[in-house]
Formats: sequence, structure tokens, C-alpha cells
Amino acid sequence: MARITMREAISQALWEEMERDPAVFILGEEVGVWGGSYAVTKGFYDHFGGERVRDTPIAEAGIIGAAIGAALVGQRPVAELMTINFAFSAMDHIVNEAAKFHYMFAGQFKLPLVIRTVGGGGRQLGATHSQTPDAIFAHFPGLKVVAPGTPEDAKGLLKSAIRSNDPILFIEHATMYQVRGEVRDGDFTIPIGQSKIQRAGKDVTIISYSKGLEISTKAADELAKEGIEAEIVDLRTLRPLDMEPVFESFQKTNRAVVVEEGWKSFGIGSEIASRIYEECFDYIDAPIQRVAQDEVPLPYNRTLEQAALPQPEDVIAAVKVVL
Amino acid sequence: MAETITMPKLGFDMAEGTLVRWVRNEGENINKGDVLAEIETDKATVEVESSVGGVVRKLLVDAGAVVPIGAAIAIIGSADEKIDEPKAVSAQPSTKAEIAPQVPPKAAPIVQSIVVPQMGPVKASPLAKKMARDTKVDLSRVQGTGPGGRIVRKDIENILSAGPTISRANIPAYQPEIQTTPTDETIGMTKLRQAIARRMTESKTTVPHFYVSHEFKMDAVMVLRKQLNEYLPDNEKLSVNDFIVKAVALALREFPNLNASFADDKVIHHGAINVGVAVSVENGLLTVVSRNTDQQPLRRISVEVKRMAAGAREGKVRPGDIEGSTFSISNLGMYDVENFAAIINPPEAAILAVGSAREVPVVENGELKAGWRMKATISVDHRVSDGAKAAQFMQALAKYLEEPLRLLV
Repeated sequence: MARITMREAISQALWEEMERDPAVFILGEEVGVWGGSYAVTKGFYDHFGGERVRDTPIAEAGIIGAAIGAALVGQRPVAELMTINFAFSAMDHIVNEAAKFHYMFAGQFKLPLVIRTVGGGGRQLGATHSQTPDAIFAHFPGLKVVAPGTPEDAKGLLKSAIRSNDPILFIEHATMYQVRGEVRDGDFTIPIGQSKIQRAGKDVTIISYSKGLEISTKAADELAKEGIEAEIVDLRTLRPLDMEPVFESFQKTNRAVVVEEGWKSFGIGSEIASRIYEECFDYIDAPIQRVAQDEVPLPYNRTLEQAALPQPEDVIAAVKVVL
Repeated sequence: MAETITMPKLGFDMAEGTLVRWVRNEGENINKGDVLAEIETDKATVEVESSVGGVVRKLLVDAGAVVPIGAAIAIIGSADEKIDEPKAVSAQPSTKAEIAPQVPPKAAPIVQSIVVPQMGPVKASPLAKKMARDTKVDLSRVQGTGPGGRIVRKDIENILSAGPTISRANIPAYQPEIQTTPTDETIGMTKLRQAIARRMTESKTTVPHFYVSHEFKMDAVMVLRKQLNEYLPDNEKLSVNDFIVKAVALALREFPNLNASFADDKVIHHGAINVGVAVSVENGLLTVVSRNTDQQPLRRISVEVKRMAAGAREGKVRPGDIEGSTFSISNLGMYDVENFAAIINPPEAAILAVGSAREVPVVENGELKAGWRMKATISVDHRVSDGAKAAQFMQALAKYLEEPLRLLV
């Protein structure tokens, strides 16, 4: 066990997989000589060389298009989009090509593609660079969407993603690279598509992922002081979505709060709540609550930005509504 | 986050409510589910619960004010947060508020206060409903402590762990001597009393009533009722009134102009036969409505009327339970009444006032014997129908009551 940061965990996963399999290579803006906008690939260029750590022009459609082509002919590209906001420039390649080739060509092609990208707000990057559009990408069958909330999950899930033959969008949170956590030693993977109980409790189920996990954990710490035991389910993967731990927890607590950083409308919370209503109707004791970002373009002003983003106090208030 | 509490909508036609009394004052702590105020609608006085916990920061209306539904009445928040005050609703001085000090304190009412602040079906979480099904708890007897009076898991668990409880009325202390002659008491009109006053005055002053009485032979009904009740559980025993309701519905099918409404230059014959049954409630009466009564089996009519009557007495009727009757029955039989005449419930064309079924001496074929008889009087709007029709209706009704097996087929 080592206590390392999210950045180190992701970096280790990439490094180990590139060492293990020569087909794995990285491409993206500033990933090479500069070492990555978030310094995840620092040192990679010197070690693996410019063939396997490729700097690209500022052209997201080009990055993903090239990565898809490489994947189709047997390489295992890990494409980096500097932020998920820029994925919109590559939307056609992501949802019309990556997500559909395997299906439309009757399985003749595999698409072992990982798109690493950075989502979320809270760093005063303005409305166009701070979004959390995870639900949009999770909408498309054919694309797997992974969004870890702990360093260990980040490492294990990224290694699984690189070894997978499916196109995967791997969303890292902009404010979590410094978060530290215990990470298993050695070579390990964590299966994609498995939710996890991150904290046991009996009074209410909080369902979240990524940054929401950190917010929910802070809220649960506060609630514990009042004797309220919250159980936290970390989705970890948005598609395929593993609801079993959620259902099991909900059947025990009968109350749920879903926490996400994106907007509430048509969001992750809506999806989770609907599935609970469909599967656990007779176990519902209070209307499921959704905690999410205020429905505004995220403000630049720090105070306003924090006010618009979901906070532990919002989670606590939502829990008290359902209790 | 401060929360605004608004005037709830307690019936589909409710437009406003009178804020009778604030139970909590500004600055007091309140838990979610605690009673914040009492409000009065046309139909009942109900308690409004706080949907959140916190401190009562601001009461936006004065006691006695008439408030439209949805208007803010109070703000609940934390003790120190800044709150935005919505525009306050100014208090309209009401007679009730003015005369209030003259009303002497009363003994605690025997009737349990109504906690469910809505007229719809019993509100319970899906889990509470399932638990109630599994454990055979009657949800209509459970007081919900969730938001808006919703019955939640905890309420069922409490019932199951406590077992049945008996509430007893407070008995006023014995007073050894008469002190003074009681003074006059001025009683404010409740919304329900006002509605009754308005509608009955309208009916009696604008609708030309005439009355036809008839004595019905009830021997067969009494025998059949006894036989049928042997097969029915205690809470589903048929009453004499159930037979009358069904018989009236079938007779109305033959007399469409008594299942009708006067509408200025025309008369509407209603397609549906919806028989209203007057139910005495505290300080007034309500008419609960059996729908498509002519097509309903007797047992269902009985169960439905019982359910709606119980709801009406507890102030928990659904709007659909008291709207849309096409003919009404007022039965005072349980009070040993020989005969009486009722005022038509507009816009209906007629109402049947039913006395007690009693065992009396009767002459049949020249012989004196004991028999069951019941008198009833129909009041009819003369603009719509005439005496002969009303008399024929009573004969048709007699046919069903004297051969009550017709009511079962």
C-alpha cells in the first residue's frame, strides 16, 4: 500500500501499461515535451520517445480521428483531450464513429481506444472550460464512460480501460489531481462497470461518483456527528451502470440522495432516481433527492462559482429532507 | 436555506383559505411535520404542518386573514440567515377574529384533530403502503409524520410496536355550584355553515318545491338484509339505507326527469345516475356521492358510502366524493324520525327524505298484524316535474323495496 495522489495513480497506470504493451501510445495537446496540462505524462516523452508520446495540433477532431484510425489497425491509443469541454469539437468522431464502428461493421473491428479527459469546475476557468457534461456521453450505447473518485480506482480502472477492446471515455476531475489515497501495490486492475459501497451506513443512501464522492464523504462526516449514518455508493462507471449495490443499499435505507456536479436536468441523478423508482418502488419511504449544480453557466467569480457548485451543505440539507 | 410555506390547496375547487390560528410564533423552533397553523376551508378546519425544520422567521399573514392558495404564509429558516420577505398578505378583519375573545374556553373536543392537511387519498410512502399491506395496518387510521402528513416507515413501525391505543376524551372537572346564568354566545359561521346557508337559501327562495309522501312496506328488505348480513364481515354489514340508495337509482332510470337539472330555458336529463347521500358532520352536513349507482352492486355501494361518510366525518373527503350528485337522499331513520321534508340540493331536481323503518300495526286483507313500514317524502322542483310523476316514482321505488331481490340482479 502506498498513499499517493490521483495524478501519480493515473500516471503510474499509463506508465505501467506502456511498459507492458508496446501497442499502447499517447497522443494529445502538450502531452509530450511539456508533460501534460495536468503534468500526468511528465517524463514520458524522455522515457518512451516521440513515437509513443505524440504532441498534436490544437485540433480535437483530429486527435480522436487519428486515435480511432490507429485503434482500428491494432494499436491501443490513449488520446488525451485537455478538457472534456473540447470533446464537443470531436463529438462526431466520439459518438458516431468510436461508439458505433464495432456494431455497424458487425464486429469486424475492435476499437481499443481510451480517451482521457478532464471534467468539472471549481478552478475559475470560466463557463466554457468548467463543465461536467458526463451525462451527455453516458447517453450513447457503445461508449463506456468511467469517472473514478479515488486514486486506487483511477489506477485500477485506467489499466482496465487500456486493456479493454472497447472505446472508453475516462473522465478525471480537474480539482482532484492532488487528492491522496491508499493504492494497492503491484499490477492490479479494477473491472469497469462495477459500483462500490465506499462507506457503510444504514439511514440514507448517497449515490455519487468522481468529485461528488468527496463532497458526499464530507457531508457524511458531518451527518455522523448527528448520529445519521449515510451509506455512500460510488458509481465509478456511468456506462455500463451497475445499479445492484444501489438497489441493495436502498432496500436497506429506503431513502436516497444522488449527488452529481453536472446540472440536474436530464442528469445522472435523474437516471439513478428513475431506476430506483422502477426497481424498488415498494421500498421508497421518501422522494429521492438530487443534488447538482445550479442551472447556470458556471460563473468565473470564485464566490459565485462555489455557490453554483454542489457543496457538502447541499447534500446535508437533501439528506434531512428524506429522513 | 430559508423555505417559504404557502397556503396549501386542499380541494380541487379551493381558491383560498382562512388562516384561523398560528400554532407557532415568530422566533420559535419548529421541526419538520410540526403543526404551524390551522386553516379553514369551505369543508373543514385542517392543520398545516411545516415541510421543513428550523426557526419560524416570519409569519406573513395575520390570524383571520383570507389567503389565496399558493400565497406565502410563513418563512422557516435558520436563526441567523438573511431572508427575503415576500409581500405580505394584509389581514382582512373577519367576524371570527373579532368575536373570538367572547367565546368561553371549551372542554377539549372529543373529535380527534385532523392532521392530514389535504382532501385527497391517504398519503403514504410506497414502503409504508407495502408494510401496511403486509401487516394489515389500516392506513386511514395512521397519522403520518412525514412531510405534508405523509405516512412513512417510522409511523407504521410505531403502530406495530405500540399495538392498539385508546384515546379518551378529557372529562371536565366537576363544578359544585352554578355560578351565574350563562350569557349569550355569538358563534362565527364556519365556511361550511356559510356554504349551507347560502345554498339552502338559494334553493328555498328560487326553487318551487312540492312534496309527495309515501309509506313503503319494508318487511322484505328487513328479512333480506338480515340474511345477507350473515354472509358479510362486520365492517361491511348492509344498512337499510344501502337498499334505499340502490332502489332509488334503479327507479330513477325509469324517471329521467327526476334525475335532472333545471337550466333556465331547458331541463338537462343526466345520463349518469349519481346518488348523493347526506352525511352529518360536525357543525353541518356534506353529501357524499355514489357514482353510476344504478350499475353498482349493492355491496360496493355500501362499502363506498361507508368509506366516504367516514372520510367526511373526519374531514378527509376526496373532492370526487362530494361532487357531481344528480339526486340526493337525506336519511334521518337512525334518529327515530317518522317523516320529514328536505330542501332540494341545487341544481338537482329532487331529494328524498327518509324516515325510520319501524315495526307498526298494519292491516292486510282485513287482518291486523305487525309489519315493517317506512315513510319517505320526495321534494321536487316543480319547474322540472309534476306531482303525478313524483307519485309514480314513489310507486316504482316501492316496487324495488317490496321486492328487494330486484336490487341484487
